Amino acid sequence: MSAGVAEQSRGPWEAAFARLRKNRWALVGFAFFVVITLACFALPAFAGLDAVTTNPVHKHLPPSSSHWFGTDSLGRDYLARVLVGGRTSLLVGFAATLSSVIIGVLYGAVSGYYGGRMDEVMMRFVDFLYGLPYMFLVILVMLLFSETARGNPLPVFIALGLVEWLTMARIVRGQVLGLREREFVLAARLLGASDLHVIGRHVLPNVAGVVTVYGTLTVPSVIILESFLSFLGLGVKLSWGQLVAEGVSVVNPIRSYWWLLAFPSVFLAATLVSLNFLGDGLRDAVDPKTR
Amino acid sequence: MNRRGRIVLGSLLVALVVGLALALGVREGLAVAFGLALISSTAWLGPTTARIVGAVFGAAIAFGVTRAAEGALPGVLVAVAFAFVAFKWLPVRVLRRIAFLVPSLVLLIFTTTILMYRAPGSPFAQEKAATPDVEAALRARYGVPKSAISFFEIYMRRLVVEGTLGPAIKVRGRTVEQLLAPALPVSLSLGLLALVIAAALGLLLGMRAGLKPNSFSDHASMGLATIGISLPSFVIGAAMMIVFALKLGWLPVAGWSGYRHIVMPAVTLALPYAAYIARLARSGTIEVMQQDFIRTARAKGLSERVIVLRHALPGAILPVVSFLGPAAAGIMTGSFVIETLFDVPGVGQWFVKGAINRDYSVVLGTAILYAALVTFFNLLVDLAYAWLDPRVRGQL
Repeated sequence: MSAGVAEQSRGPWEAAFARLRKNRWALVGFAFFVVITLACFALPAFAGLDAVTTNPVHKHLPPSSSHWFGTDSLGRDYLARVLVGGRTSLLVGFAATLSSVIIGVLYGAVSGYYGGRMDEVMMRFVDFLYGLPYMFLVILVMLLFSETARGNPLPVFIALGLVEWLTMARIVRGQVLGLREREFVLAARLLGASDLHVIGRHVLPNVAGVVTVYGTLTVPSVIILESFLSFLGLGVKLSWGQLVAEGVSVVNPIRSYWWLLAFPSVFLAATLVSLNFLGDGLRDAVDPKTR
Repeated sequence: MNRRGRIVLGSLLVALVVGLALALGVREGLAVAFGLALISSTAWLGPTTARIVGAVFGAAIAFGVTRAAEGALPGVLVAVAFAFVAFKWLPVRVLRRIAFLVPSLVLLIFTTTILMYRAPGSPFAQEKAATPDVEAALRARYGVPKSAISFFEIYMRRLVVEGTLGPAIKVRGRTVEQLLAPALPVSLSLGLLALVIAAALGLLLGMRAGLKPNSFSDHASMGLATIGISLPSFVIGAAMMIVFALKLGWLPVAGWSGYRHIVMPAVTLALPYAAYIARLARSGTIEVMQQDFIRTARAKGLSERVIVLRHALPGAILPVVSFLGPAAAGIMTGSFVIETLFDVPGVGQWFVKGAINRDYSVVLGTAILYAALVTFFNLLVDLAYAWLDPRVRGQL
């Protein structure tokens, strides 16, 4: 908890990594996340799994040695579908996070650095979007795409990136607002550095830690949002969310197809939990005060 | 702001307008940009202007709502009374929010209209006898012309002059008010109960954890909180459905006809927010317990119970209170999913149905309702915050 003398003599990044290495849960989360990602992207090709071929004779088979996760209503191998679905979920999660980070950091940095009236106008705009229920915005943007285009990841990631940048912009703006008054920024400005140089070389590197942390925490929230959309029938074709939604739709008192709900849910939940543990660990490492 | 700052601001604004024009069309994009400028300008209203504008706008809203329910004369009376009370006694911060609300609503209606018109399909696309004459007649009857701008004009005129949200297009012979009126109490009671559960559960867990940081119960409840944040609510909901409804038979699976139906949706809706509130309460508690006034209270010899409840609690729940506004908004939109899962006849279901069926009036009606509710919650949060934190009280 307390920063020792030895810790202060190292650079801030090194110290952060040293703290992260001590956080067992964050490391477990990271390892788990890597394993799941590798499994989703590499395993189907290596193991020769097929997520598309239908086989009506083998529909709704419970898990067995030939189909580890059973089969779905069209007789497709469910293990393959869960893994391939994970690719879409992870891709959407990372792409939307990346776009939200880029927009949010630029917006927040400009708003915080120039401050004053400009800051006020820019933050008023963020407030307006924040006041809207975000699912509302996402659903409206999703409707802009035709039924066939909606199955692609692109519309989903545009719609989600559009609402997720708000928090990032607020956080970055708050940080920059404080950094702007610091001596080293003042010194750089007195030496005649351009605004672009000051923001790029002196301000943004100091925000990088916070951005990494909230970026890591944005990925799971984007994946959850995507699964909401899939549940409402507006999301990507073949993602974890869509598989879970299918699993929920066959819940009935007479016959249980538990594997259709259980496997994608477990994968989705495990990924999100590990990302959240990793993100929390990163936050504690970068900003020990919050612990 | 220096010259370079102005250039950056200018180019950002140009980029915004160009982006809007690309996404919505030139005329519409410009109109939205103008609306945004108008909304941003409310940031500069002086205290007196904010008072007047807020009171007038608030009176207009009060008039609209009362007239829809009771008629024109009571509407005028309520509006005048509201304007007087608001101008005299309401804090500037509240009036500022009201002044911000009205242009926001207009812009929301406009943007939503444009987006809906740009979406493929139309409310009349699936009509059986879709000859051009029939479609034209239907469009005239429901006030849905082919151009988005004229629809906006008709809708706004109907809203302002007649005070109605218009006829629902897909549900014959009903107005949007008639559809939403029974749905609103359902959604509100579900949302409020969820909010109460989330706040109570979250505060209890979070403060317990924060009073003994790094203890076993701290790690256990925070681990639980992380899992609660990570699971999509419909997965929790489906799991509860299987266990409590299908296997144990304690609660009904879905539907809405009694207090037993509200339990599962409310708990499902509340759990992720309870987890988040627990985290906020924990860090708030840890911070407050290190303050000097807590040490003073200890030195006075107060019991630990009094210290926690009387001195630490108000400070510890400040971050939680400021989160309640976004949480209320999130719970209401989260209810889209929960209402669909548990088949609850609330507002969220109408929004989803309206969006998928392209029932423009239903979508707009729910949008207005949601935006108004979110603003109302934020107002309450503002007031609660001021009541709890003496430092903010003066700024109202």
